[in-house]
Order: sequence, then structure tokens, then C-alpha cells
Amino acid sequence: MILYHLNHLRELEAEAIYVIREAASQFERPAMLFSGGKDSIVMTHLARKAFYPARIPFPLLHIDTGHNFPETLTFRDKMVEEIGARLEVRYVQDSIDKGRAREEKGPNASRNVLQTITLLDALEELKIDAAMGGARRDEEKARAKERFFSHRDEFGQWDPKNQRPELWMLLNGRKHIGEHFRVFPLSNWTEMDVWMYIQLENIPIPEIYFTHERDVVNRDGMLLAYSEHITLKETEKTEKKIVRFRTIGDMTCTGAVESPASSLSEIIDEIAASRTTERGTRQDDKRSETAMEDRKKAGYF
Amino acid sequence: MSDFSKDGYMNMELLRFTTAGSVDDGKSTLIGRLLYDSKQIFEDQLEAIEQRSHQRGFEHIDLSLLTDGLKAEREQGITIDVAYRYFATPKRKFIIADTPGHIQYTRNMVTGASTANVALILVDARKGVLEQTIRHSFIASLLQIPHLIICINKMDLVDYSEEVFNKVVEEFKHVSSKLDIKDVHFLPISALKGDNVVDKSQNMPWYQGATLMYLLDNIHISSDENHIDCRFPVQYVIRPQQTEYHDYRGYAGRIVSGIYKPGDKVKILPSGESAIIKTVELFGQNIEEAYAPMSVTMTLDRDVDISRGDMIVRENNSPKIEQELDVMICWMNVNKLQLGGKYAIRHTIKDARCVIKDIRYKIDINTLHRNENDKEIGMNDIARINIKTTVPLYFDSYRKNRYTGSVILIDEATNETVAAGMIV
Repeated sequence: MILYHLNHLRELEAEAIYVIREAASQFERPAMLFSGGKDSIVMTHLARKAFYPARIPFPLLHIDTGHNFPETLTFRDKMVEEIGARLEVRYVQDSIDKGRAREEKGPNASRNVLQTITLLDALEELKIDAAMGGARRDEEKARAKERFFSHRDEFGQWDPKNQRPELWMLLNGRKHIGEHFRVFPLSNWTEMDVWMYIQLENIPIPEIYFTHERDVVNRDGMLLAYSEHITLKETEKTEKKIVRFRTIGDMTCTGAVESPASSLSEIIDEIAASRTTERGTRQDDKRSETAMEDRKKAGYF
Repeated sequence: MSDFSKDGYMNMELLRFTTAGSVDDGKSTLIGRLLYDSKQIFEDQLEAIEQRSHQRGFEHIDLSLLTDGLKAEREQGITIDVAYRYFATPKRKFIIADTPGHIQYTRNMVTGASTANVALILVDARKGVLEQTIRHSFIASLLQIPHLIICINKMDLVDYSEEVFNKVVEEFKHVSSKLDIKDVHFLPISALKGDNVVDKSQNMPWYQGATLMYLLDNIHISSDENHIDCRFPVQYVIRPQQTEYHDYRGYAGRIVSGIYKPGDKVKILPSGESAIIKTVELFGQNIEEAYAPMSVTMTLDRDVDISRGDMIVRENNSPKIEQELDVMICWMNVNKLQLGGKYAIRHTIKDARCVIKDIRYKIDINTLHRNENDKEIGMNDIARINIKTTVPLYFDSYRKNRYTGSVILIDEATNETVAAGMIV
């Protein structure tokens, strides 16, 4: 007897494709945010599946902080070329030069918060009314309450008290002029689901997710990649370590983990045995207990 | 995740469940216990709640802190809305729709229940079946959640008494006889002490049944989908602007129910035209048999005029096609329902408008009495209404099909979702 039952990865895939197709249909100018991290790579892959054999019918938008890993940018350009996608890049540096954003000072300075300004400016400039993002509910408690279709007011702000109930798979993307939506197709995926799906579908990812030797700085227990964007404190020195990255964000706030994992299969074993969450490698979340909630309200993802 | 196996992980089933109960019932503790005992809690999360338990002067770790919400919620001392949580066993991946227990309860529980396979309802063993237990069970039956698990909690506070447990079970059976519930299980547990949650209780030798985790892992869900009535709402028409696919027309969507395969004779609504399925595919790969809830793209043997919102069904099995329908609604907005008012309506992926023709009755969700004289439908109220839509909808009754039988109403001025509706 054939059992007509989807396994959970295929069910998550079907759900995400439905959400992406819905965003493409309900909005006039949707876009997909692309950071070069594994979640946005998986989301882009799902967008290809959703519209194949046609090309992805909306642009990818990358908010470039100027603090990216060079490997991420190389990967981005190669991927965009291969899949024939349209890519828009907006730079945090431009926002700083125009006086729209002010650079943080000190050794822990990061452009993570500044991204929001550049993002909101880009959405306005490109008249984007739905920005799809790869955020997952399992990442953080503020994200645990997100909708697939998350309404933002004319200031781009998230109001957790005023979210529309989301029932069955009926997605309400109606809005007033000037408002926009954030759309999260991967809402129900966990870190493990993302990795298993990458393996299942054989999706290419940037090489820094795999083990390599690198100069790192141990800052408060977090191994930061040494680069021109890091100012060493007096007591700090760099050291060579065998590491990989579990998440990819800015070089200034993404910690490496010591790991010999050189294949997807080894990465998955490592995560299965891991006793810490992936956001544990992100200094941007450690600033305060409500760091994510506060940033989201201001228009961050 | 000690028993983790990659092959196993590739074949896991997804089970969505919702939890119902007020704060005092120990709902947060139960969810915390499930996550903690199934080893889903990571060191950094555990450290954070250890610290906070300590700050608050607790002797032991307060597991309910694991489900603690936003700053905005802590400030007000209430949970604002549904939070989604995840855990996995080697067999299944679970999505919990954790719904808060305060006054906006109905709205949130309906939201969480709309996609759930299973509802967990907590009952305090000391208090027995209360009005809220009836309310929770009624919503579970209204939303047609296939499986119900009644957790009789705080057994540690009634000396793990079999008699108390049996009494609550009898009470529940008595009140639930009026409800449309298919599959119900009763469990004596202590979320605080961990009895029968993940590990079998040593304190209740009289209970021979499964633990909660065993039940969640083994409850039979593969027949929850409808594989009989073919319903495929066309979500997006794919027409590549590339020379190699010049004549390609793909109809993309998510199968709501039924099984589709190449060679099937199908009918397109609303035109009524017939065609034969040429391919069912995704990303260039042909699918031999496609079923709910797959997202696929179909091509047909000939050109038919099909656009978003149309539905592909089987020739001899059509949904109802009507403009006037009776709907059970749960109202979800502070602005009251307007008799004679016009609202936007969304059904599958179709948008239309509707007018409220009649309010038939309102249900007192604590007693389940129907009140035909009360036409005031406000936040959290449940009522049966009659509506007329601007265009025909292709629908089934909610009892028959959760996805072609459901609608939402949207306030055209505020754009807010104001009601969840189940077509009678």
C-alpha cells in the first residue's frame, strides 16, 4: 500500500513555496532579502523551485554592511550569475556618507543596527511592498511570535501587540499606501531542518561554513575572525585556529566555532551533538536580553 | 538529540499541536518539561533561565520561564499571542502553537487550532472540568482538530489518586458528549514533577497507558489528510519569458486535498472546461502522484483559460459553487460585527467581498447554548451567520475539508483580519 504522506522536510518545503508564491501574487513589488547566509540561500533555492522553469520573478536585495566575509560576496555573485537572478545591492557605507547613519565607536562597534536604516531606505527607494526574509521562529523569542505575513507600518516598525491573526493558510497581505510587509517563508524551519534540506537538495553554500584555518581573536569567549574591521584591545592577540562558521553575519559580530567538520554530513552530526544554540555565536544578540525584540520594532528583521 | 539518526531525520513526520489551558493549569511548565526532558534545551538557554530563576529566588529551575515572552508582554504581565515552539524526536518533528490563557483566549486558540493535528487540553486535577475546559474542547471540536489529549495535571497534588483521575475523566465524557470529537485520550500527569510526560511515572502504578511523549510520537496522523476530493486552487500561472519555454504554461499551487497524476481528466472552475493533466512537476522533476499538502506545478494537454483563483478538480467530484453561505465565525476584532456590513473575504487564495445578511445565533461558549436574540458579536464571540459573496466560491463544508471550508473576513477600512469562518 502506498502511504500518501509527506515527510517533514517536504512538508516544510511545500509550505515555504506556497508562501513565496503568495507573496509574488499578492504584492506589486516584492523582493527577497539575500545576505549570503544559509537561510537566505535556502530561501532563494525555494524561490527557484516555486517558479521553475521561469526565473525568480522578483529581485534579490542585499544590504551590504561593508563588513561581509569576502567569501560571502564571491559566493553571492557566482550564485546570482548561475541562476539568472536580478540582484540589487545597497550599502550601509552610503547611508553613513550621506549622514543617514552614524558609525558606532569602540572595539565592539558593529554595523548590525545601522543595516536597518539602509534597509528601510532601500525599500522606500525601490518601492518594495513585501520583503521576504529567511528568519526562523526557532531562532529567538521575539521571532517565535512572527507571522508568515508580518505587517509593518509606514515607519517600517513591527508592533507585536497589533499583529493580524493568521488562520489556516489564509494570508492577508492587504495594506495601506506606505505600509509594507515582511514575509517569512522559513518560519517553521529549525536550524537542523535547514541543514538537512541543504543536504537533501545538494544546495551549494559558502566555503566558510566548512572547516578552515583562520586568524581569530578570542573576545569574551567568542572567536571573532580577525580582519581590518576589528580593532584589537590592548590585551588581545590573534591566534590561528581550525574553525568554521555556524551562522554568517558581519565579520564584527559573528563568532567562529572550533570544528574539523569538512562535509555537510559532519556539520549535521556536529549540530545534532551541539549543546548551544546557533544564536549563541552572535554578539548582536548578546547585547541585552531584548536585543532582537528592540531591533525588530525599529524595522530590523 | 542523543538518538539522532540522519536517515531517520529524513523520514520524520510533522505533527502540529496546540496547547490549551490557563497559566494556573501549568501549561508553560508542561511545555518547558517536554522541551527539557526531550533534551531540546541548549546550554545557553538553560543558563539564562537558571539565572532568572535564581534572581527570582526560586529553589529549582522554573521550566515555565523557557516559554517566557516579549518585554512588552512581561511589562503587562500577559501573553499577547500565539508563540510557536519546536522540538523533535527521532520519529517526529513537532510544532507547538502555544496559546496564552487570558481573555483573548478564544481568538488565539482558534488561530493555533486552525492548523493543528492534535490539541492538548490541560485540566487541574484538583479543580476538575471547569467552564474553560468546555470552552477549550468546544473550540477543538469546532475547528475539527482530529485528536484530543486531555492532560489531567497536578496529580502530585491529589496524592496521585486513581479515583480523582477517573472522576475527572467521567466529568469530561459527560460534557463532551455534545461535541463532535473523534479521538480522545486521557492522561494523568504532573508537569512539575515530570510524571508521565516523557518518563513513565513511578507514582501511578495503576495507570498502564502511554506517556504524553509516547502518545505524541505515535498518534496516527497519516489519515488526517483528505486524499479523496481533488481540490487544487491555482495560485500562480507560470509563463516563462524565455524562448526555450515559449509555449510553456504551468499552473502552480498547493494541493488542498485529493491525488493528482498525469493522465487524469480534470475540470476547471469556473469555466467548466475539461482537460487532461500532462505533467505534475516541481523544479523540472516529474511527480507520479501528487497529494496534499504538496506544492506543485501542473501542465495540461491543451490551452485552457486559467487564472489565479481558479480551481482544478476532478470531473465527477466538484465542490459546491454558491454565493450565499452559512458560516460559523469566531470574531477577532474590537470593532463589532456589523449586520448588513460589507467585508472583504478570503477563501483559499481567492479574494472577494461579502455582505452580512443574517446573524442566526450566538453561542455561549461556556454552556454551549444557542442564543438567537443576541446579535451583538464582539471580540472572541462565536456565532453562525449568513453571508452573500460578490462572486461564487468553490467550497466544501468545513467538516469535509478544512481548507476549502474555511474563510477569513477582513475589515476593508483597517485591513485587519476580523473573523475566522468555518463554512457549515
